[in-house]
Amino acid sequence: MLLEVSGLDVRYGRNHAVKSMDLTIGEGEVVTVLGANGAGKSSLLKAIQGTVKPSGGRVRLGGRDVTGWSAPRRVRDGLVLVPEGRQIFVSLTVHENLQMGAYSRREPVEAEISDIYERFPNLAQRRDMPASVLSGGEQQMLAIGRALLAKPKLMMLDEPSLGLSPILVQQLFQLIDQLNRDGLAILLVEQNTFMALQSAHRAYVLELGETVLQGTPEQLAEEEKKLEAAYLGAS
Amino acid sequence: MGGEIEGLLVILCLNTIYAYGIFLPAASGQLNLGAAGFITLGAYAAAWLNMSPDSEPGGLGLPMVLSIPSAVLFAAAVGFVISVPILRTRGVYMVLATFAFAEVVSGLVINLEFVGAAAGMPAEDHVDFTGLLIITICVVAFCYYLMSTRFGLAMRSVHDDESVATLFGVNVRATRVAAFTIGAAIVGLGGALYGHHFNYVEAQGFNVLLSIFILLYVLLGGTQTAWGPLVGAAFFTFIPETIRWLGRWVGGEFGKELIEYRLVAFGIIIVMMMVLRPEGVVTRTLLERVFTLRRRAAPAAAE
Repeated sequence: MLLEVSGLDVRYGRNHAVKSMDLTIGEGEVVTVLGANGAGKSSLLKAIQGTVKPSGGRVRLGGRDVTGWSAPRRVRDGLVLVPEGRQIFVSLTVHENLQMGAYSRREPVEAEISDIYERFPNLAQRRDMPASVLSGGEQQMLAIGRALLAKPKLMMLDEPSLGLSPILVQQLFQLIDQLNRDGLAILLVEQNTFMALQSAHRAYVLELGETVLQGTPEQLAEEEKKLEAAYLGAS
Repeated sequence: MGGEIEGLLVILCLNTIYAYGIFLPAASGQLNLGAAGFITLGAYAAAWLNMSPDSEPGGLGLPMVLSIPSAVLFAAAVGFVISVPILRTRGVYMVLATFAFAEVVSGLVINLEFVGAAAGMPAEDHVDFTGLLIITICVVAFCYYLMSTRFGLAMRSVHDDESVATLFGVNVRATRVAAFTIGAAIVGLGGALYGHHFNYVEAQGFNVLLSIFILLYVLLGGTQTAWGPLVGAAFFTFIPETIRWLGRWVGGEFGKELIEYRLVAFGIIIVMMMVLRPEGVVTRTLLERVFTLRRRAAPAAAE
């Protein structure tokens, strides 16, 4: 198993955001976590990345217990998050944003940056522009490109389709499929259930911090009604 | 006339050095309103170290080549020590904390007999305009280089988004401390040069108005690129003088009034710049445009 989360608890004061969550991701797998606002999806990602301290449970990466590790150390070990709302460095140029992805790597990365430009020609055109001039779709490409430069084994994406037009969402999911074919494991948190289930091998459905459903998209389709109820927050 | 222009250029050099010292923390997202404090430290340290022990109020009698670097190290050391509590604060609270620091320095110096107390003290050796200009160019080049390094990238990423910068392995705290400390050293250098050029230092001259102006040079010049402080300092050093010359050139009653009200005009220009270019005069987008134009112009000229 590439990632193994067991019994993970996240609390903010009295708010129990993630309750005893179990989750696994194998090599080369695309796993999606679905749920309504406030279901605990983002808290789960933050706890896996290490930017939020879990109050209980374990996170294992490639068989090693990383629960006590800092977020940057997890990034160096191949676990990288593309945060919600992209969070690119707006006053840095496109090129510098990509360099930031490889900040903690000591070897030269110019060849890898060229690969990113080949993949995203729009970024190549705006290489020396401040990232603030990019459109929403281009910013998302930049955020993913930056994450790729950290040389991840597992990429986590938090609501990547948020605020993108339907065509861009389509392109985004094509990109996710493509990255996965190149061997990258992906943990995808989405509200766009339909698209996420098309790309994913397995899915978890969260409701108020607990897993209410899990399985392959086919298994979930059989329980579609339950899924709908959970997603809409009805009970 | 020549002397007048040289006098103005001396002020420009000093303002430029001060501005770069405040620019480094600003580029990593920290507002330092304590420039006057570091100028005071640099100026008094240099003057005291340089002054011969026999004269009043006395000093160590070190040559200038030692007194200036020592003053710089002293300002850096103080900057490093106070950066620890000061960098716990943010935004407007940091502005207040740095301001308070400068007031403490000023209050201390005015009461210290061995540096002449309220009367100030002479700085014996003289740095001429050429020396000042060379050092200024070196400071600008150093800051420009610094911003192009990995450390410069770290500083600017911290300015944009601390949490994501941390994620990708930037040590945010160390970056902010380093930027503040190097900045303190540069402002201290400016103070030491001030002392050795005018050969007299007086704490009352290094007041909060000076700190405010230096921060303005930096913010209105633009913190996104290393050109900002230079443009900001030049702009604001020349504007009041330009208005004065303009008044003389127009002549008559109106010209006289223009000269009298030049600080009002100056204030209006500052407000207008804040409204029209909140990111500062020099932005990355502006540089990109200028360089694209030049690239386009080059092949056209070759034809």
